[in-house]
Amino acid sequence: MAEVKLMKGNEALAEAAIRAGMQAYFGYPITPQSEVIEYLAAQEPKHDYVLIQAESELAAVNMLYGSGGAGARVMTTTSSPGFSLMQEGVSYMACAEIPCVMVNVVRGGPGLGTVQPSQGDYFQAVKGGGHGDYHVIVLGPNSVQEMVDHIYLAFELADKYRAPTLILADGAIGQMMEKVILPAPIKYEPDKPWATTGKTPDRERNILTSLYIQSEDMEQRNLKLQAKYKVILKNEIRYEEYEIEDAEYIIVAYGLCSRIAKNVVNRARDEGLKLGLFRPISLWPYPWDRIGEIADADRVKFFISVEMNAGQMVEDVKLAVCGKKPVFFFGRLGGIVPTPEETYEAIKEKIG
Amino acid sequence: MLQEMIFAGFGGQGVLSMGTLLAYAAMKEGKDVSWMPSYGPEMRGGTANCIVNISDQPISSPIVSAYDVAVVFNQPSLKKFEQKVKKGGILIWESTTIKEPPSRKDIRIYPIPAIEKASQDLKNVKVMNMLMLGVLLKINAIVKKESVLQALKDTLPERHHHLIPLNKEAIDLGMSLAD
Amino acid sequence: MKEGYELVYKRPSTLTDRRMSYCPGCFHSTIHKFMMEIVEEMDIQDKTVGVCPVGCSVFAYNYLDIDMQEAAHGRAAAVATGIKRVLPDRIVFSYQGDGDLAAIGTAETLHACNRGENFTFIFINNGIYGMTGGQMAPTTLDGQITSTCPYGRDVETAGMPMKMAEIISSFEKVSYVERVSCNTPANARKAKRAIRKAFEYQMEGMGTTFIEVAANCPSNWKLTPEESLKWLEEKVYPYYPLGVFRDVKKLKKEE
Repeated sequence: MAEVKLMKGNEALAEAAIRAGMQAYFGYPITPQSEVIEYLAAQEPKHDYVLIQAESELAAVNMLYGSGGAGARVMTTTSSPGFSLMQEGVSYMACAEIPCVMVNVVRGGPGLGTVQPSQGDYFQAVKGGGHGDYHVIVLGPNSVQEMVDHIYLAFELADKYRAPTLILADGAIGQMMEKVILPAPIKYEPDKPWATTGKTPDRERNILTSLYIQSEDMEQRNLKLQAKYKVILKNEIRYEEYEIEDAEYIIVAYGLCSRIAKNVVNRARDEGLKLGLFRPISLWPYPWDRIGEIADADRVKFFISVEMNAGQMVEDVKLAVCGKKPVFFFGRLGGIVPTPEETYEAIKEKIG
Repeated sequence: MLQEMIFAGFGGQGVLSMGTLLAYAAMKEGKDVSWMPSYGPEMRGGTANCIVNISDQPISSPIVSAYDVAVVFNQPSLKKFEQKVKKGGILIWESTTIKEPPSRKDIRIYPIPAIEKASQDLKNVKVMNMLMLGVLLKINAIVKKESVLQALKDTLPERHHHLIPLNKEAIDLGMSLAD
Repeated sequence: MKEGYELVYKRPSTLTDRRMSYCPGCFHSTIHKFMMEIVEEMDIQDKTVGVCPVGCSVFAYNYLDIDMQEAAHGRAAAVATGIKRVLPDRIVFSYQGDGDLAAIGTAETLHACNRGENFTFIFINNGIYGMTGGQMAPTTLDGQITSTCPYGRDVETAGMPMKMAEIISSFEKVSYVERVSCNTPANARKAKRAIRKAFEYQMEGMGTTFIEVAANCPSNWKLTPEESLKWLEEKVYPYYPLGVFRDVKKLKKEE
């Protein structure tokens, strides 16, 4: 049964994970996402998932590796400094093709930084924070409802592609409450013949490894991963367009910034300014092609990427626009959320 | 109709729960809502606030910098948010403890001695947030009083349900003070 | 079997046909064989999942015919925890060297033991980093020469060699700790018995089991296999004594 509730983003994602059939959770407390493990700990007696408060994010991500490799539907959540610590495991899981869901409720960095919301981990998430040639699937929710919906989607994508899948949220999405519709719980039946569950006489042993000491073997492994990424690029691009049809100026924003941008678009439209919003939902794979198509339209005068960082996603917008139109950037740093007013001013300044 | 509101005071004065209750009541009336708290170390004994948006339409930004309504419980919050109330907007301030009153002339200002009234009339200073909510409901009927009472029932743990009559009394007192 | 012949020894069916890459005289191959004989004898091939570390035994999964996961350096205890928690009826072991278990992975090791994770550590302690070419390990003996302590380990700056079996035996939720070796047939038989006992304790759900093998490394010790056994007897066992350090079944009986 679906249920309507008023919930914090962090609690909603925890509840969604339970409903989506999560079998094990490993995490380490860190602001602003500790509500996830607190919620799961409180609900634990009613369910039969495994829950460990690990000794570190490093241990948590490797427990994820072990349990994901054993075929279970598994999740961890953390915030920026913790996700940095997890990068070792992310690279290993990408190579060994171990499905799992990770959530980074981003706070301001670098270093210990601030606990306030930020999008400073965009590069780390979409360009690969760990070593080697790999990608994780990255989703960027912009509401409490999407925190829930993306959990279901992330588990599905992770299993479908045997790929670690990341939800890149931020402190505000994690901490705020909104109305949320919780979907009915699903009964998850693992179908993972590759998992290390014990070698039975009817099959060869299952080995999960990221070690290919011969360069030729390692190249083959890489090519296999790249072929998979091509399929993901083809099938899993997601985005939302708002007032784009006749827009002359286009804001590109994801996550919380896309909510602020929508507010700005509404104000601009009230004043007769043809502003539109393009919101990437999948941050990897990124909707480069679609942005490129929009850039082809004669009416479009410029793009402006609005972010809570020093200008990270703007690089992908530039790649997509490919010099066809100007691409600007507006952002605030260090845990400050740009206000609709200052964002609107920045855009009007560019229009001149 | 979109209402953008901020509730601000010291941690422990109940500003976050006041916002939660209002948001919940509005959600139950079928409106779209968002509740955005300040969070982190500043919660510990420092200033806490939450932004509550209520609308008939889907809410775009949960974070705004100008408000239709500000309810403030301490001097630092008044200082911080007085200038952020929209022209013609509402500012309700706790007048027992705030010594320097607001000075704007282009907004509707309501001084309410919530702390004094709650501790003297209701013998429980903790319900001053509900008193302030009553004031707000009277001035600006964002949601029905019944919805707030239902919200109390729905969100309070069973073991605290005996406090509902006291909370109702506080809301009623607030509503009468607003007259 | 040819008529008139009696089978007295065979390779366990649970070892693959692959020729092992270990150096002559190294205990890795002996311990591999023991583990797989036990898996065969207990008929638990379909229930056993192993975790290999980074170190000389990084390719253990090429030789052991069971499901295995390769862990990042030091993380085997966390990986084994993940496996065992979601597959509680399987027999799970981590197979780790001294650099892996007692240096880079100390936190994961100690916390898994503190939680009493119900899997078995097989800890091969040869006092040196074998795979990377003979550097100092946390277990290198006082004065022992390696490529990163070419004048001998200076315990003033490098600290004392870590006595893991002793440390691990202090955890209440650990059920069995024994240090074994394979320098003589008698000790080798004891080593096999210890591993089997650890697996049995695990199957009974008794908590963490920890078998430390005081092992040799002829190549990096720059000794012949025979000399390496002498070194074990003269230098290693006095500091790392063999024996049982914790056995909750015995403790219970004594109570």
